[in-house]
Amino acid sequence: MASRALEIEDAKTGEVTEAVYEHPFVVRLCHWVNAISLFVLVGSGLQIFRAFPSFGAKIPQKDLIHWPKAFVLGGWLGGALQWHLTFMWIYIASGLVYVGYQLSSGNYKQVLFVPRDLPGVWPMVRHYFFFGPKPPAKEAYNPLQKHAYTSAIVLGVLSVLTGLAIWKPVQFSWLAWLMGGFHYARLWHFLIMWGLLAFVFGHLVMVVLHGWNNFVSMFTGWKKDPEYRPE
Amino acid sequence: MGLRINQGKFKSISRRELLKLTPVVALGAFAIPELQKPLLKVGLGISDWASGLLFRRGHLAPTFADAQVTPFDKFPINDYDVDDPEVDLENWKLTVAGAAQIPGEYTLAQIQSLPKQTQNTRHICVEGWDVVGNFGGARLSDFLKMIGASTLAPYVTVECADAYYESLDMATALHPQTLLCYEMYGKPLTREHGAPLRLQIPTKIGYKQAKYLTKLEVNSELYRVGYWEDQGYSDFYGL
Repeated sequence: MASRALEIEDAKTGEVTEAVYEHPFVVRLCHWVNAISLFVLVGSGLQIFRAFPSFGAKIPQKDLIHWPKAFVLGGWLGGALQWHLTFMWIYIASGLVYVGYQLSSGNYKQVLFVPRDLPGVWPMVRHYFFFGPKPPAKEAYNPLQKHAYTSAIVLGVLSVLTGLAIWKPVQFSWLAWLMGGFHYARLWHFLIMWGLLAFVFGHLVMVVLHGWNNFVSMFTGWKKDPEYRPE
Repeated sequence: MGLRINQGKFKSISRRELLKLTPVVALGAFAIPELQKPLLKVGLGISDWASGLLFRRGHLAPTFADAQVTPFDKFPINDYDVDDPEVDLENWKLTVAGAAQIPGEYTLAQIQSLPKQTQNTRHICVEGWDVVGNFGGARLSDFLKMIGASTLAPYVTVECADAYYESLDMATALHPQTLLCYEMYGKPLTREHGAPLRLQIPTKIGYKQAKYLTKLEVNSELYRVGYWEDQGYSDFYGL
């Protein structure tokens, strides 16, 4: 991994802080574009859902849940569809650029969960949820983190595929068929949204817990005082 | 270990990296009321353009076994105004106009003289619900031949007894599953389902499938798209 490290010297005290370049520009760009599009897609998606808030038959219609207007975007079904069908392109584009960059640059090794990470998952879970000792940090992302990010990327891909099956159940009839038909594709699309929202929730909690330097690194790429020893 | 630099230098490096993200701010244009509408129009336009590219003339919508068809009483009745616009079924005729060699008025018997096609296909509403229905009628492509329509004209438009109106791209109009439908579940269309004649298009969303047809026109230009489209829904909405 082409991790770049710096030592920053305070002119007055002579104190030295380490900094590591953790997030390449393309990753940061895609992260923020993706975050905004996901926000728009969830908001407009919930407004679309309000038009038929059910996964059963139309007759008789049994509604699952009604979203309060405050949590949705687009004002009405037609408006929400405009937002959804516009931002899906931005979402797809940011996803393609991200995956393309990660694969071509080799930076994917930083985030991709691989079998060798498996033994490290339980110690992290124990640390986060059961007050276990903190395992030493060896690289930018710990095994549980890699698992979360890799899952989020897989969910992102699935959100696009299920979305395509809903938007084009005839042209992509094989895709809809794989998901059990249009009806189930709609349900999968909805469930995947909750999977992504669960990720976002956990992600935001971790951002708060890990403090300012970590937060800033998603803007500047540079993380001051990293927990691990940069190469 | 890394290069040693002073704090000022690190700040300027960080600032430069932060500024590289300014393109993200461009998305803020969607939050400006004056720009929001035109931008979303462009976005929806791109989706419609892509829909047109994805449409394949010979590709058939999935069809279903009789056992999978939703019972007739569970097939929703959807309209924007009235269930029954009180069409005079006795004297009903379909007016044909536009780029057709034989314009004029066509009776239901004339349309029924064309080969009949029945199909079990999925009907999907823009709201999100879907049902599988049994439909019977004449292929629109056969009818277009009957009236001597110019298939070079890009649009087929229809008007309805309830003042609903719709338009179809010619490729979809010529699709082998696009029907001038006069039967559902083996019986003549009921008034609520669009008697005596409706469009049935398994490759399109529900609102494209106009009921209570009164007029069909072959057009080279559209001055309006459709009742819902003109309020902001997708123009093409192919499935």
